[in-house]
Amino acid sequence: MKRLHFSLVALACLTTAWSVAAQDDTLARNLVATCANCHGTDGHAVKASGMEALAGADAAKTLQKLHEFKSGVRPTTVMQQIVKGYTDEELALIVGYLARQK
Amino acid sequence: MDDRRRSFIRRAGAAALAGALPTYAGRSSAATRAHVLVVGGGFGGATAARYLRLWSEGLVEVTLVEANREFVSCPLSNLVLAGERELADLSFAYDGLRRRGVRVVHDTVIALDPVKRAVGLLGGERIGYDRLLLAPGVDFAYEDLPGLQAAPAREHVLHAWKAGPQTLSLRRQLAAMPDGGVFAITVPLAPYRCPPGPYERASVVAAYLKAHKPRAKILVLDANAEIVSKKGLFGKAWAELYPNLIEYRPNCELRDVHAATRTAILDFEQVRADVLNVIPNQRAGELARLAELRLVNQRWVDVDWRSMESTSHPGIHVVGDATFAAPAMPKSGHLANQQGKLAAAAILELLAGRSPSPTPVLTNTCYSFLDARNAVHVASVHRYDAGQKTMLPVAGAGGLSVARNEFEAKIAAAWALNIWADTLA
Ligand SMILES: Cc1cc2nc3c(=O)[nH]c(=O)nc-3n(C[C@H](O)[C@H](O)[C@H](O)COP(=O)(O)OP(=O)(O)OC[C@H]3O[C@@H](n4cnc5c(N)ncnc54)[C@H](O)[C@@H]3O)c2cc1C
Repeated sequence: MKRLHFSLVALACLTTAWSVAAQDDTLARNLVATCANCHGTDGHAVKASGMEALAGADAAKTLQKLHEFKSGVRPTTVMQQIVKGYTDEELALIVGYLARQK
Repeated sequence: MDDRRRSFIRRAGAAALAGALPTYAGRSSAATRAHVLVVGGGFGGATAARYLRLWSEGLVEVTLVEANREFVSCPLSNLVLAGERELADLSFAYDGLRRRGVRVVHDTVIALDPVKRAVGLLGGERIGYDRLLLAPGVDFAYEDLPGLQAAPAREHVLHAWKAGPQTLSLRRQLAAMPDGGVFAITVPLAPYRCPPGPYERASVVAAYLKAHKPRAKILVLDANAEIVSKKGLFGKAWAELYPNLIEYRPNCELRDVHAATRTAILDFEQVRADVLNVIPNQRAGELARLAELRLVNQRWVDVDWRSMESTSHPGIHVVGDATFAAPAMPKSGHLANQQGKLAAAAILELLAGRSPSPTPVLTNTCYSFLDARNAVHVASVHRYDAGQKTMLPVAGAGGLSVARNEFEAKIAAAWALNIWADTLA
């Protein structure tokens, strides 16, 4: 009886953990879709466009770049304006999702 | 019950019996075998169709009904008028979507039954659906212009505001215009498709005329009180690059047109041109009225921004230019594409019995060319505001180019390649 009880709790925890992760992943996916118009679907930029490929890019490096755009350290034409529309948590989700793309 | 729904239920039943259910993030197979019908394969509808297939990993069936055989991009089409691009470079077949498993039907939806959940096509076919997404773009309010009621008049006085044959015809008119001729463009009252578009057109055609017909003139007859978008950047470019070539007249609402003489009839004045380009008033594509969706100002579809569903018809999603825009949101291909993805995400959640994300985000960037080599942008980020129940621009984000520059002309071309692929590949 006790064992069953335990495994049910474990199962419940697992399910909760899974759905939070799944929700985050969907959120990250949706956020990355807002980048795709310029950077390609899931960060796979069209080669001939000359845009840097973000798919598979190192998360920490991309995040640092985004923060430099945000703070103004790294001057750009449009990214410093767009990045300010996203929270730091969202930027972290975005770079994590991009890094996982092959 | 029509055939499509019958076969939908048959397939769902077969899958349940088979036991080996393809799982889409743990969702039930009946939901994942749903059929979404998309009408209109422009930036909004094509993107939605593509992402519904991508994000459901092929488990949602998608049919796209599009009247035209080819997608022709309005973005960059002003450069075709200037002789800097070929229309063929901006035209794409729907093969990419077919490869993703979208059933693409080239036909026109002429009937819609939201209760039976089915549409009727001009060609006679009837297609049922579980959820419907409409992306019909804009229609022109020709009823405002008696002189353009007849089809021949409309071939004489062009809009070229839907890229395609009209773009090529307007290019021919401009090429045939004598040096010393007048090219007049009329700009409708906002909101209309692509706020900076008319001024981009004036700019790049000016570059063409400056090089090939230096005595020609451009008249911009604007129904609005001032340049609607990127005012400072266009004003500066016109003063510096095209002095005495572009004449801008605000508050010039077009009342009628005399097509034979290419005359624009304004309130107190008639303006004769050698080439007259009338961008008429606009409203949501006819489909919106066919579906009897709630319209704002009798023109634009009112939507719930969390799902892009019509506020009068939940279950019917509408994206792109046809929607009543949220504050500071332009009608752009960029946003139509973004709204297509927002709707795709929401549809998948709803099919799985969950609610769509309560906090959607959309971005916009619109590039405008000032000549073949220089461009400027305007950008914005929009987030859902639960209090005001609409998308609001994020304060402090977005903005304009500091000055026209060659780098952004390259970025604009790169943007086009990537958005075309994100919409159609
Ligand atoms: C000159 C010009 C320049 C522009 N430049 C830019 C730019 O640089 N950047 C930018 O972001 N935007 C730009 N735009 C705006 C952009 O083109 C539009 O905002 C965009 O096309 C809107 O997409 P949509 O899907 O709403 O409509 P559309 O792209 O017009 O697609 C609607 C589709 O629905 C189909 N359809 C309609 N009714 C039916 C029916 N009953 N049955 C079957 N099919 C139907 C039509 O055939 C059409 O293909 C420009 C526009 C113009 C005119």
